[in-house]
Amino acid sequence: MRTVSWSFRLIYIVNIILLLSFTLLCLYPFYNMLIYSFSDPMEAVKGVTLLPRSFTFGNYAAVCKIATIPRAALVSVFRTVVGSLATLLCCSFFAYLVSKPKMYLRKLIYRGTIVTMYISGGLIPYFLTVNAYGLRNTMLVYFVPGLISAFNIVLIKTYIEQLPASLEESAMIDGAGIMKCWWRIVFPLSKPITATILVFTMIGQWNSWFDALIFITKPELYPLQYILYKYLREASSISKIIAQLNSDVSITTVSLTPETVRMTITAIITIPILLVYPFMQRYFVKGIMMGAIKG
Amino acid sequence: MQKRGRVMGGPPIYKKKFDTYGFKLLIMALPFFALVIMFCYVPIAGWGLAFFDYKPGMHFDKLNFVGFKYFALIGVYWKEILNALVNTLALSAMSLILAPLPAIFAIMLSAVRSPWLKKSIQSTVTLPNFISWIIVYAICSNILAFDGIFNKFLAMLGVKVTITTTILGNKDLSWYFMTALGVWKGLGWGSIVYLAAIAGIDKELYEAAEIDGANPFGCIRHITIPGLMPTFFVLFLLSIGSFLSVGFEQFLVFSNSLTSSKLEVLDVFTYRVGLGTQDYSFATALGILRSVVSIAMLFSMNQLSKKVRGVSVI
Repeated sequence: MRTVSWSFRLIYIVNIILLLSFTLLCLYPFYNMLIYSFSDPMEAVKGVTLLPRSFTFGNYAAVCKIATIPRAALVSVFRTVVGSLATLLCCSFFAYLVSKPKMYLRKLIYRGTIVTMYISGGLIPYFLTVNAYGLRNTMLVYFVPGLISAFNIVLIKTYIEQLPASLEESAMIDGAGIMKCWWRIVFPLSKPITATILVFTMIGQWNSWFDALIFITKPELYPLQYILYKYLREASSISKIIAQLNSDVSITTVSLTPETVRMTITAIITIPILLVYPFMQRYFVKGIMMGAIKG
Repeated sequence: MQKRGRVMGGPPIYKKKFDTYGFKLLIMALPFFALVIMFCYVPIAGWGLAFFDYKPGMHFDKLNFVGFKYFALIGVYWKEILNALVNTLALSAMSLILAPLPAIFAIMLSAVRSPWLKKSIQSTVTLPNFISWIIVYAICSNILAFDGIFNKFLAMLGVKVTITTTILGNKDLSWYFMTALGVWKGLGWGSIVYLAAIAGIDKELYEAAEIDGANPFGCIRHITIPGLMPTFFVLFLLSIGSFLSVGFEQFLVFSNSLTSSKLEVLDVFTYRVGLGTQDYSFATALGILRSVVSIAMLFSMNQLSKKVRGVSVI
């Protein structure tokens, strides 16, 4: 190997330092949020930097006593699990159907679906349409409008088309119908692509809040993200709750501040993502490279 | 059923006869296509609302046809719309200028020799992509508050902070701050595609260049960068094509009474007109114009790409 001169060594080191600084910049805000949520609220006001001040679980215990929070967590989990699975199954089955050249009107249906990637009615017509279907203030609004996503259809269809045809053929000869062929053969075989789509849909569901902002007015249907949005934007709603919690000594061992409540909810939302994050790693490259595939 | 040896992907053999199999497929697909029609095409048909006086709670049979009245309203509100347009263009332009950053980051990262370090950095910088803007806002508002650790850190460095307002409430900084946040959130994620492209470059090219006496910078300049250009070109065109849809959620979350004049992009403006003041017809008219311009931009970028590189980007 060629000897590298000292100037290149220096540049190499500077490069590493720059990269590590940015890495730290990406990591520290999360760390700060976590240690803030584990600090005693009165101490945390002085600022937390590297370690929690007077470590306590009291914030979490108190935040879970806010009536809306456990319920909102359930809503979030529901939309993440049920919503994503429903989307995945619908997209996979529909993609399987349109991958069959024998289907009548196939071109019309496939192209009609793909066009929706580029053209949309805009916010207000969409809002009025969904309201007209009576989905306002129901859990259905969280996932039904997105059940068929054109982008997912393209990805799954492209994947299905390159599966070996012989497997399905032999099943058909043995008398398997369309549903059975999909469920027993195509769906399991397309696991690499569907797993990736599932991961991304789940994260999308966990993170969404805008649909709750425009369609949901019943507090019992709010997801966690939207509760946090409300607490961030409406100072009055949070101070009322805190006054209530702090007055009741049986509930809280700490005396809460708005900032601590916000950071604790933020942590409650972020921790699940942080926990599954290492396992999602292998889907990333796949996920972004999928964008390059065209139908 | 189906014993007529059919090859998947191949042409159907009995073409003229009515095909029960093909018909079954169609019947099964219809409910799903109905969803597409219900949630994508019906809203497009809703564009018609822009030509009627529609007020919330109104019956559709009592609509008054008003022609282009609501499009003409744009002339009346031109000041606010112009402001929204300027904000949109400025914020888009800033992120377009910074578009090479993910590629640069990928080149920097690919120079790291230890695979372990490389992997760790990559995993960490991708993390912000997977959290919502609300979480970003929550964390920012804590760190950047008056008594937050950012100001304490500045004070520690000896910077005299004459606090009149925080960064979140500083309207002169908000464009730059929003762009920086966009970079923070998207850089790691954006660089993955470039890292994959770098991994796809033939290693022999580098070996040959080294034998020819190229230094590491020569290799980057003459091999890596040309190797990344096609990817960069496609992504750049796509982002020009979607310049009207700059981070709606981001600005909706981050704008407050102090900064809203700088952060009100077209989408936020439409949202405010439509769902805030419930002026549905006017907001629909705005939405139509936005959609038309977006599609025109996307297709002209596609044409440009076809001309320059002979490849379509959409």
